Amino acid sequence: MTTTSAQDPQPGELPLQQLDRVVIRFAGDSGDGMQVTGNQFTRTSALFGNDLATLPDFPAEIRAPAGTRPGVSGFQLQFSSEDIHTPGDAPDVLVAMNPAALMVNIGTLKPGGVIVVNTGAFRETDLKKAKCDTNPLEDGTLEGYRVIEVDINARVNEALAESPLSNKDRQRCKNFYTLGLMYWVYSRPLEPTLAWLEEKFAKKPELVEANQLALKAGYNAGDIRELFQGQYEVPKAKLAPGTYRNIMGNEALAIGLVAGARLANLKPVFCSYPITPASGVLEALAAYKNHGIVTIQSEDEIAAICSAIGASFSGALGMTGTSGPGMALKGEAMGLAISTELPLVIVDVQRAGPSTGMPTKVEQSDLLSSIYGRNGDAPMPVIAISKPSDAFDMAIEACRIAVQYMTPVILLSDNFIANGAEPWPLPDLDAMEPFEVEFTTEKSDDFLSFGRNENLARPWVKPGTPGMEFRIGGLEKAPTSNISYDPDNHQAMTDLRHAKVRKVADSIPTPEVEGPESGELLVVGWGSTVGILKQACDRVRAGGKDVSRLHLTHVWPLPHGLDEIFSKFDRILVPEMNVEQMTVLLRGELPEHTYVSYNKVTGQPFLVAEVAERIEATLAETKKA
Amino acid sequence: MTDIAQPKRTKKDFASDQEVRWCPGCGDYAILNAVQKYLADAGKDPAKTVFVSGIGCSSRFPYYMNTYGFHTIHGRAPAVATGVKVANPDLDVWIVTGDGDSLSIGGNHLAHILRRNLDVNILMFNNEIYGLTKGQYSPTSPVGTKKKSTPMGSIDRPFEPAQFALGSQATFVARTIDQDIQHMTKTLAAADAHRGTSFIEILQNCVIFNKDFYAANVERKVRADRTIDLVPGEPMIYGKERDKGLRFNGFEIERCAADEADVWRADTKSTAPAVILAGMRDDPEMPVPVGLFRSVEAPNYEIGVNAQVDDAVAVKGAGALEDLVYAGETWTVE
Repeated sequence: MTTTSAQDPQPGELPLQQLDRVVIRFAGDSGDGMQVTGNQFTRTSALFGNDLATLPDFPAEIRAPAGTRPGVSGFQLQFSSEDIHTPGDAPDVLVAMNPAALMVNIGTLKPGGVIVVNTGAFRETDLKKAKCDTNPLEDGTLEGYRVIEVDINARVNEALAESPLSNKDRQRCKNFYTLGLMYWVYSRPLEPTLAWLEEKFAKKPELVEANQLALKAGYNAGDIRELFQGQYEVPKAKLAPGTYRNIMGNEALAIGLVAGARLANLKPVFCSYPITPASGVLEALAAYKNHGIVTIQSEDEIAAICSAIGASFSGALGMTGTSGPGMALKGEAMGLAISTELPLVIVDVQRAGPSTGMPTKVEQSDLLSSIYGRNGDAPMPVIAISKPSDAFDMAIEACRIAVQYMTPVILLSDNFIANGAEPWPLPDLDAMEPFEVEFTTEKSDDFLSFGRNENLARPWVKPGTPGMEFRIGGLEKAPTSNISYDPDNHQAMTDLRHAKVRKVADSIPTPEVEGPESGELLVVGWGSTVGILKQACDRVRAGGKDVSRLHLTHVWPLPHGLDEIFSKFDRILVPEMNVEQMTVLLRGELPEHTYVSYNKVTGQPFLVAEVAERIEATLAETKKA
Repeated sequence: MTDIAQPKRTKKDFASDQEVRWCPGCGDYAILNAVQKYLADAGKDPAKTVFVSGIGCSSRFPYYMNTYGFHTIHGRAPAVATGVKVANPDLDVWIVTGDGDSLSIGGNHLAHILRRNLDVNILMFNNEIYGLTKGQYSPTSPVGTKKKSTPMGSIDRPFEPAQFALGSQATFVARTIDQDIQHMTKTLAAADAHRGTSFIEILQNCVIFNKDFYAANVERKVRADRTIDLVPGEPMIYGKERDKGLRFNGFEIERCAADEADVWRADTKSTAPAVILAGMRDDPEMPVPVGLFRSVEAPNYEIGVNAQVDDAVAVKGAGALEDLVYAGETWTVE
């Protein structure tokens, strides 16, 4: 263990080294402001011009008992001068604000990695709360790492000696001291955060001043005290030309829903019941009211989808958002939207299940329930977001499918996407294709409420239109929309509902294969694993082996052309964060191929290294066979 | 818009071409007739009228109306209607539901639409029984109701629908009787005129599974002595001879001579008098109250929620998509 102490400055040079990429994990108590710290570092790095990806990892409890291991909140980010796709497997640097944060996260740190530790929080009582029998700073736990000890509690108190704040409030500035320290290490500018503080605490100047002081003190400590062996620089990434902003998944999704409704020329009505991790979508949309969106916080999950259905019946674009447990509650109403053939967007920000599961942890386990999980034969298109910025495009895509096919659509996100952030190359809004809805206002001679156009969609007539009055409901209906128990009619309507959803595949592109078009192994992924799978395949290829990769954005119906693509590979590896759900789907739809499932349900994303290893292992098995 | 050229509509204009399929003798027929006639007489436009229902015998109602109609799922009509009305506040929205649909599976949605006070009318057909599933006791059936699912009698105390509504801060609560067309029409008109959620409980006869409940209190020959019509501003008098009265004694209601009866007020700020009157049914000696329990003004949800959009536009200007996408801190890579 190499230890450097803040109170014990060492003379020496401070070289500036260039790095391609760095992974930092900030970890502290839920009340330590680690998410704010991480988000500020992210924002500054984005503005600086790095590529980046983030992984917030926080407990479901708002404030678990302070200092305990369940109360640890973490924020990991990777920033790079190169194109990156993941928040990184193992941090290069762990910032640990207390013993619990250190113990929970030490296992993820790279061998030889740097630990910046707040020694001010390692008193006897702190160790006890973290269930440490011995002090990890002294018992050899940190052997093999480079440890930088800073008594952040004391340094903050010194920095804020003149501040009018109480001792308790001064200590709440610890995160900005820490942030300042890390800004110095990685040569980040202070200005974006200084400005952010002024805006954030505009009405509390004493907080602006204290936090700014803490930030600068942290930065200067790096500069003066020579804690680190030098300063690092991660140059700007060579991103494709364009205008960028830093975006989180839930926010991009919300903007996409507004854009989708606009392209359809419809009034958006978003109805939702608060649930982690989907509430952010409702909160974002509620702030966009001047864009014409109506938001309703409903009394429960069922009411939320029912009000959205009612809004679509009225001629608006009904939308609802939830997470797994809410999806289960909405099931019957989804059937109603399917039966009445009304457009509807259902956002599912997936989280670990079953039941309440792990609300703040990631999983992709609502795939099969989204496709099949309703009473009766109840087909519905399901599409999946791959990364935070992609949420914008996929939200628009969900709106397009909903109105062009007169169907509810499930838009799958997950907790990794919802709270993750990345630079978003901003789209050319003028180039977006509108899909304006035309309501039917007059009856032709052969008019039927459930007649069909080329998409097999029924006409959309909205209440208020004279002479077009009709009744719909969840009972089986004849093409006139009147109730029908006729056996042949039910067969025909069931077949039509399936054919219509299958037809959506005509309007979606066949995914491209990355890597050779034929070979021993194709890796097929969907959803938020995209970056990890890409990087894992890149790594395997860099090692001289061939592997190809394909990513599914439309999971139901599956795009055309997969059968032909799959037939050119010996085996298909399907990594996903659930138990074999995509594998089961592919085996059912495209049974001619050999699938190997690879599943992880720890509530944490795949690591690039473990996926690469699995690809290598699968390739080795293929050879043997 | 001018209505001068519009010929006066009749009841027939509000009847769809679908065959009505309730049991012969069902009270629902009388309600359907009264509603169709009321809408025609009130000069309503079928194109701007929407009937939303849940599940149950009553909820087939929209299929028989030549208006826009949505037969939704069990208990959820208020939630669907909320979306309908918020998306287009110009529509005249009516909810048709039953005692099981609204007070059992849909109790939550009923409570919330009432507190939100959307400008819709709820017609709750109360026959104190599950009809469509063939005769199980409902949340309004009296204790001891013996049916196939309760062979030894039901144990749970019933809801008093008016008290449920009042407890949910309903702004308009009334009760009427399927066979009393005149009273029902008067009640529909009052509900229609009310700006807010109007909750009308309609005592309705299920001739197949629960005719006893109706016969003892509501049937024509006993009605005058067994019911009292609450008319705002009028003394609380009832009986074939109009000789019986009701008056308040603190937080109790008691019978008295007609000339000692208290004057009924439906617009009191407090819900207390209405709650006390609605509770009279617990006492078999007291008449069943019908008429108007409560009618007060309050803001409408659909107006408020749309006004927030207008206000946001007024303050921030109508948002262009570019303002959302190209927001916050952006940077350009050459």
